[in-house]
Amino acid sequence: MTRAIEVSGLNKYYGTFHALRDVDFSVAEGERVVICGPSGSGKSTLIRCLNRLEVHDAGTIRVRGIELGDNLRNLDEVRREAGMVFQHFNLFPHLTVLENCALPQILSRRTARAEAEARGRDFLERVQILDQADKYPGQLSGGQQQRVAIARALCMRPKVMLFDEPTSALDPEMIREVLDTMVTLAQEGMTMVVVTHEMGFARQVADRVVYMEAGEIVETAAPATFFDSPQDDRSRRFLSKLVTA
Amino acid sequence: MTNNRTNATAQPSTSPSMVSRGVRIFFGSWLSALLTLLSVAIILALIPAFRWAVLDAQWQAGPPELCHGAGACWSFIHAKLRLILFGLYPPEAQWRAFTVIVLIIALVLATLWPRLWGLRIIGLWAVGLAVMLVLMQGGVFGMSYVPTSKWGGLPITLLLAVLSLGLGFPIAVVLALGRRSKLPVARAVSILMIELVRGLPLVGLLFVAAILLPLFLPPDWTIDKLGRTLAALTIFAAAYLAEVIRGGLQGLSGGQVEAAQALGIPYWKTVWHIVLPQAIQKVIPPLTNTAIVMVKNTSLVLIVGVFDILSAARSAATDPAWPAPSTEAYLFVAAIYFIICTAIGWYSQHLEAGVKARSH
Ligand SMILES: Nc1ncnc2c1ncn2[C@@H]1O[C@H](COP(=O)(O)OP(=O)(O)OP(=O)(O)O)[C@@H](O)[C@H]1O
Ligand SMILES: [Mg+2]
Repeated sequence: MTRAIEVSGLNKYYGTFHALRDVDFSVAEGERVVICGPSGSGKSTLIRCLNRLEVHDAGTIRVRGIELGDNLRNLDEVRREAGMVFQHFNLFPHLTVLENCALPQILSRRTARAEAEARGRDFLERVQILDQADKYPGQLSGGQQQRVAIARALCMRPKVMLFDEPTSALDPEMIREVLDTMVTLAQEGMTMVVVTHEMGFARQVADRVVYMEAGEIVETAAPATFFDSPQDDRSRRFLSKLVTA
Repeated sequence: MTNNRTNATAQPSTSPSMVSRGVRIFFGSWLSALLTLLSVAIILALIPAFRWAVLDAQWQAGPPELCHGAGACWSFIHAKLRLILFGLYPPEAQWRAFTVIVLIIALVLATLWPRLWGLRIIGLWAVGLAVMLVLMQGGVFGMSYVPTSKWGGLPITLLLAVLSLGLGFPIAVVLALGRRSKLPVARAVSILMIELVRGLPLVGLLFVAAILLPLFLPPDWTIDKLGRTLAALTIFAAAYLAEVIRGGLQGLSGGQVEAAQALGIPYWKTVWHIVLPQAIQKVIPPLTNTAIVMVKNTSLVLIVGVFDILSAARSAATDPAWPAPSTEAYLFVAAIYFIICTAIGWYSQHLEAGVKARSH
């Protein structure tokens, strides 16, 4: 089985703060992995290292066989392979929804405008928001914006999608529409790494759940095992808090 | 809806008459009473000025003898219009200077149109400026040669304003990015440039550029005085614009650049298409301010003997044939500045309204 993502011995410091400790982590092609853990445990740091939004200090990271390091060509290729969806959407507010999808293709792939816009429409249709194509992000609801952000990332034809808490900035009534979009994506076979606290989503689509705490991976298990009979005390404590909360 | 509101404020009296409503608007509180009285005083004070400038004024074109009354002598403007607008530029070639004015206005209007923004408008300006320089200088296509020392009036004012802002802007962008750069050298150089220029008065900068610089440069390095003046205005504009743009960059969330990186957009394209448009949108009011100040700053070039519209008007006013016309001359120039600066203000409001409409 080829590995979509292969991380070994990953260490990351913020100044003297040790944010990731000897993290080994891998994702197979077509696999869906959910990362969870308490706030400050390093989930964002880990997923952001995967497309080098954070630069790691030690260890190796390979995305579809391409090693991340100082080589800029590799970095370009990795960012081509991996799309990312952020907690706060990070849409470009000065561009219309359609331009948000089209312009990145033009700028980073030199796609012709007509083709970029056609593909933009295509993916906006898939996240069911084509009717808002000419609006600006500020005119949409949070859920709609996040679906646009997903479409924008998909327009680059990534092989892996990284999600960093895609629903935590949303009002409760909008979480469903975004999760539905992600479930559809999973059903289509996309390789996905998702940092989320949505345990329902994890049960429904994840092949594996990774539990992190204090910069370390504490436990990795299939969702059924993880939720029903967690092995580590720390995961157990985390899950019990989730239930009572 | 408006009815509801007036009713709500008019609770005590059930049917407000016109008179009582008027009293409430103009004398409803101490403050509004004060403002009303002040406004009346200002209007009364302006009546003599209005009579002087309009009612008693001489509007006809003609010789100085026409002006003998107590009013303004607009005949003077008629007589000196060419001198004020074009300075010492040779009269038979003034159609060229006039064409330059028209070209500048046309290009500025084209620039206001967002669809042309980007490389297209830069190309348009490059071609337009080349044409303007050829027109002003002549010496080709059968046009007489006019040295820059003979250039003057409105074309100079407009060219200096537009070019110092236009050339200063890209420099300002580089300085602003440099000041926020992670590279210590880039940061140090940017800070030094910005603070040095902001620490000097513009007059001093102009003086150095126009008068001192040639003393230090080798004699065969003859950069034209107008060119040196423009350079001084440009770096002055750049330093101030840089700080304004830096303010806009600071207001930008880091997520924007991260999103662009994650999408694989190269650095300079991110700056040009994602960062700058947003940073500039955030600072339209202070940018407008700087633009207006720079338009008016061009009048300082008269210190180093560059003949802008204000210098031209001053020299027109010294003609002994006309009885004390400097008020009329200055008012005329002030009106031109007022039109330019008000237009800039209007346009910026229009841009801001557009930004606001897009955000909700
Ligand atoms: N740029 C930074 N500089 C310094 N410390 C940082 C930085 N980014 C993150 N940290 C620290 O690293 C630790 C891990 O942060 P990270 O954002 O990865 O946590 P997280 O698991 O994503 O938490 P959350 O659920 O709150 O998003 C935290 O203690 C955080 O304070
Ligand atoms: Mg996080």
